Amino acid sequence: MIGLPSYLVLAALVFSIGLFGVLTRRNAVGILLGIELMLNAVNINLVAFARFNGDLTGLIFTLFTISITVAEIAVGLAIVIAIFRVRRTVEADRLDLLRG
Amino acid sequence: MTLETVGFWVVAVVLLASSLAVVLTPNLFHAVLYLAAALVATGVIFLLLDQPFLFAVQLLLYAGGVVTIVVFAIMLTERLVGERIRQTSRHLVNGAIVAAAVFAGVAGFLLQAPLTTVRPQPAADATVAIGRALVGPFAVTLLLLGVLLVTALLGALHFARGEE
Repeated sequence: MIGLPSYLVLAALVFSIGLFGVLTRRNAVGILLGIELMLNAVNINLVAFARFNGDLTGLIFTLFTISITVAEIAVGLAIVIAIFRVRRTVEADRLDLLRG
Repeated sequence: MTLETVGFWVVAVVLLASSLAVVLTPNLFHAVLYLAAALVATGVIFLLLDQPFLFAVQLLLYAGGVVTIVVFAIMLTERLVGERIRQTSRHLVNGAIVAAAVFAGVAGFLLQAPLTTVRPQPAADATVAIGRALVGPFAVTLLLLGVLLVTALLGALHFARGEE
């Protein structure tokens, strides 16, 4: 049988990979993909804890995080498109308008 | 080796491989396709944890919805063919060090935490229980979620529509 720690270690690995993507990608869409991976790892954790503790609340919470993530990615991509319209680039390094 | 054990290891390998491909492949469009694979693999993990309803939600919202939106965003901001879609990465070594440090911290915490490996009997029907909870104790939360989704949709529309 696969225990709870196996699921948690798998989720931690996926989270670290997503973090690596967020830190290293230059393209804003690539950064958003890394954030998606990290949130996905969190969902694995929530469902695993809910299953092994026999608690329903974790499943409800997972539903809410999935929905909120979808809303977040929609707004994030809309911002990326708006930035592209103004600056003609979505490279995070060149978006330094707020730099003092 | 039970079916669940074999399934877990297969899905774990697929999930980790596609996640690595998402952050490492130079072609942004391919990265989205690998992300779809990773999201489906996560859904199969939900299935292994006896949650078919969450598997369906994962497929519909993430693998169906999010991937479509991201592909549209890439098509609007990059050219699908040609060199511009190739993206470079920076600070590869530093990023790897930070990510490995985060993983080491989490794994070290996991190893000393008193975690159960015994899985309780599955509930009779988790989907029914989720449905009852969503219209029972979590009804207000569900309504607030609807408000949030409408707000996010209007916000996204406002940002992406441009000046007119």
